Amino acid sequence: MPEEKFEPKIVAFFCNWCTYMAADSAGISRMKYAPNARVVRLMCSGRLDPQFVLEAFAKGADGVLIGGCHPGDCHYQEGNYKTLRRVNLLKRVLREMGIEEDRFRLEWISAAEADRLRTTMNDMVEKVRALGPLRLATAEAVGEEVAVR
Amino acid sequence: MSDKPKVAFYWCAACGGCEETVVDLEEKILDVAAAVDIVFWPVALDFKRKDVEALPDGAITATFLNGAIRTNEQEEMAHLLRRKSQLLIAFGACSQLGGIPGLANLWDRRALLATAYLEAPSVVNPAGTTPQASHAHSGSESVTLPVLFDTVKTLAQTVAVDYFVPGCPPTPKILLDAVQKLLNGNLPEKGAVLAPDTALCEECPRKDTRPEKLAVKEWKRPHEILIDPDQCLLTQGLLCLGSATRGGCEAQCTKGNMPCSGCFGPTSRVRDFGAKALSALASIIDADDEAEIGKILAQIPDPVGTLYRYSLAASPLRRKKLEGPQNA
Repeated sequence: MPEEKFEPKIVAFFCNWCTYMAADSAGISRMKYAPNARVVRLMCSGRLDPQFVLEAFAKGADGVLIGGCHPGDCHYQEGNYKTLRRVNLLKRVLREMGIEEDRFRLEWISAAEADRLRTTMNDMVEKVRALGPLRLATAEAVGEEVAVR
Repeated sequence: MSDKPKVAFYWCAACGGCEETVVDLEEKILDVAAAVDIVFWPVALDFKRKDVEALPDGAITATFLNGAIRTNEQEEMAHLLRRKSQLLIAFGACSQLGGIPGLANLWDRRALLATAYLEAPSVVNPAGTTPQASHAHSGSESVTLPVLFDTVKTLAQTVAVDYFVPGCPPTPKILLDAVQKLLNGNLPEKGAVLAPDTALCEECPRKDTRPEKLAVKEWKRPHEILIDPDQCLLTQGLLCLGSATRGGCEAQCTKGNMPCSGCFGPTSRVRDFGAKALSALASIIDADDEAEIGKILAQIPDPVGTLYRYSLAASPLRRKKLEGPQNA
């Protein structure tokens, strides 16, 4: 059987006021970029519960991208600062769990930066493609691993 | 045999602290022993596996199983006790969440055996002998040993579990409450954790000293400061996980001037304890600058060991990514 080309699955969490608007604007401007992301709109990047990121990886995402407003521009004053703090610690947890750094990324992309969204997305997809599929041991795989002994 | 409810206790990958809880019931254990027949309790009574196998299926009213599942023998016992029991209760943090043994999921079997049998400075093993699953004696049948898994599992990842009793170890009060609920038939919905569903802060005596807005500039470790016995531990810069942890332990650690390390696990609204604890701790860092945030968080030396001390095996990621054929 010919091997299928690997297409990275990226789960993207974008804040409603900045990055999601940038994605909208990229669409309206008919920009072309890698179609690998499933975008989840959050009201604020600060709404991003670290549990979402772990669930995304556990359920088959090869990469997770978070997009929020630039520091100082948060619609809710300080939501993105909370994201910044959580992402710092979460990156260390993911590293310890063997998940490569390029699979998890936080970017500040304002509503006016559709082009930055395009380049970020393309860059991330290429980096994750180079890493290959994440292939975590899923619940089933752990069971099989036990069964074959 | 009498028609009293039959109860079993069993021990898998655990330290023995959960068995200690049963002993710590002190004279109340006599009331428990009077109300039930203990049909299996290897740590204290001389029953064997064949005695359990001889029971009809479902003959045991309730089995309290402590410890995580990390060998094929433990897995077999979990299946056997599941079949023989009407109710299977995951007793203690290891059984519920993987517990301390669950941190072995940061390594794999090969690395664990190499450290324990070959590399530790105290080991003298010139022949490089490591445990084998079976060994053939000359002229006799081969003998077998349990096989260690790469991945430590919780009890619920192994067999269906009816109830969970949290704690490392569960307190005697929590155990007694569970036994009483069982005897009165006053049990909640299946799958419930038999402990209060509120955060530890609710019952912490330091609760009123916790300010509206917490702000931490520096994390400290308990041996580095003189801890104020009345003040909220987070305001003193100590890594207290109470805000992410289920109560019910009567705040024994914070009353003893030690921060909560999260052994009662999450409340029912939380899927992953470590991620939620991470969220709580990181968001109260008193800095907006990326470099300064990094500097403050670097004072947490072991994020996985701290945030997932008891719950790594139960987390969505379950283990460090395995290299090799499992992932290929």
